[in-house]
Amino acid sequence: MSEVPPYLQRGYITPEELFEIIPKPSEERLRARPVAVPECPQEIPCAPCREICPTSAISMPTPNDIPVVDYEKCIGCSLCVQICPGLAFFMVHYVGNKARITMPHELLPLPERGEEVVLLNRVGEPVGKGKVLTVVPREKTKGDTPIITVEVPIELAWEVRAVKVER
Amino acid sequence: MRLNEHPVLKFKRGREVTIYFNGQPVKAYEGEPIAAALHAAGIKVLNYSANEKRPRGLFCAIGKCSSCLMIVNGIPNVRTCITLVEDGMRIEPQRGKAKLPKEAKPPEFRDAKVVKADIVVIGGGPAGLMAAIHAADAGASVVLLDENPMLGGQLVKQTHKFFGKREQFAGVRGVEIAKILEKEVRKRDNIEVFLETSAVGIFQEGDEKLVLGVRKNKELIEFRGRALIVATGAMEKMIPFENNDLPGIYGAGAIQTLMNTYGVKPGDRVLIVGAGNVGLILAYQLVQAGVEVEAIVEAMPKVGGYFVHAAKVRRLGIPILTRHTILRAEGKERVERAVIAQLDENWKPIPGTEKVFDVDVIALAVGLRPSIELLHQAGCQIRFVRELGGHVAVRDEWMETTVRGIFVAGDTAGIEEATTAMLEGKIAGIAAALRLGIAEESWVKEIERAQRDLEEFRSGPFGRHVAEGIRKLLAGVGENV
Repeated sequence: MSEVPPYLQRGYITPEELFEIIPKPSEERLRARPVAVPECPQEIPCAPCREICPTSAISMPTPNDIPVVDYEKCIGCSLCVQICPGLAFFMVHYVGNKARITMPHELLPLPERGEEVVLLNRVGEPVGKGKVLTVVPREKTKGDTPIITVEVPIELAWEVRAVKVER
Repeated sequence: MRLNEHPVLKFKRGREVTIYFNGQPVKAYEGEPIAAALHAAGIKVLNYSANEKRPRGLFCAIGKCSSCLMIVNGIPNVRTCITLVEDGMRIEPQRGKAKLPKEAKPPEFRDAKVVKADIVVIGGGPAGLMAAIHAADAGASVVLLDENPMLGGQLVKQTHKFFGKREQFAGVRGVEIAKILEKEVRKRDNIEVFLETSAVGIFQEGDEKLVLGVRKNKELIEFRGRALIVATGAMEKMIPFENNDLPGIYGAGAIQTLMNTYGVKPGDRVLIVGAGNVGLILAYQLVQAGVEVEAIVEAMPKVGGYFVHAAKVRRLGIPILTRHTILRAEGKERVERAVIAQLDENWKPIPGTEKVFDVDVIALAVGLRPSIELLHQAGCQIRFVRELGGHVAVRDEWMETTVRGIFVAGDTAGIEEATTAMLEGKIAGIAAALRLGIAEESWVKEIERAQRDLEEFRSGPFGRHVAEGIRKLLAGVGENV
């Protein structure tokens, strides 16, 4: 049991732990256009992200391998974020001193475009406020999961992974 | 309380009817079971223990335990979790062993209706549905029975999207898969479906398998076929702790049934025991239904389910306390509190680490065991295989048990995923049709394809222990245990 990785003891992964498993996209790439980052460090039998990717940017020799994204091939289309059954894909895009995070949001209420929402980190703690830039309702996604893009301070790019809508 | 809005579900309710609980009118909707309607009205105490002192409520909600027995229209021992409401129904809590009504006359065996098909499938979950579809496509006539009021088995409450490959419905929600499979079954003329029908025994009569069924608690039906596929699923496990029979303590699946199938909130604040996939998925679904989850406790030092499911609930602020267990439930007629504690290296509670949660629901997600009663009764060789969840029937690569002509599939054959249940169902359905000489030999290729898919699914760290369990089973064919 001594080999249990800390993220399995806690139920969440830190960016440092994640980037020991998959590469972090370069600053340059993060500025160029949105890029998909899988937070899926465990070998589970699952492959829809690879199957749906239009540019074959996701490598996964067998469905039990972890997804690794070729960030140069990724066009930032968000199909993987929409289809992922584990809701483990996120897109990150640096724009000026902000970051735009695209994430699944399967809770009510669905925020509206332009709405200010509470930003939550990987343990559900509020870490600030951000503006919702786009909302794709579930009917319009490829995976029956609504996705939203939120603008956050750039230093929170690797912290914010959920939002809370306060009305 | 009833749910109306939900981020991924739409609740369609039937006509409004009135049922009477202890003479008091309760609003209900056609198509929902008695226990769900009572829960919506806040009635959680359904019966009392044998000494008539301890209140009991719903536990499994799928007809597998005796926790919901009530007296309905004067008839005792009615499983109110799978018996649908009818206008004017009179319902009373059962106290201990109930007396049978004196005036009622049980149906006689010679009155039984006979239903014949090439293949009888028991269980309308993912395994049974796939078995029926493939047996029918391979040329067999099929009759499928299930004791629940709807097809789909546990798929009907699974709001999460499936894992696996897209050709195996990955990325599709379980509830949607249930609809797809039901549609496939309904459009085949050579499949006949009987719902609200319990299989109570399997017998051999000459070349035929005879399955005794009881429809809607009263009508006796004889199902006859030359082959039989048993896909009866699994039963929620219980763990020992003080007051573990209080109303408000449910198997995780029961909460999913109430909440996701019937749109009834189980309570306001929940403690979940078990951080396997079921416990983790349940936590997420509770939040989606607007219910607070105080914590998930897990005796192991790590999350047992997929990490991604854990991450999903952690970012909604739900703590997962590994190396913790439940000590006791507290409350008078229902759960009011849960007391937990940390475990030491020897799995013993550490004094002084107790924590109290004010909850009205405790969900047990501590594993499943295969429902093998019918297979056992039919004389199939049974073996204990820990990796498969307990006692299972010995079977071969075509899912045939040691009794020729009886096949198994799904959780009955070993606790696994709905994805693998569907693949096993496909194999069992085709294999049964081949065994009867109905299917063309070319269908063997389809079995081999499903076997390859199973092998692929089980080749990762999560599937390896199941694969090991199956190796033990296959090695056991014909052996005495």
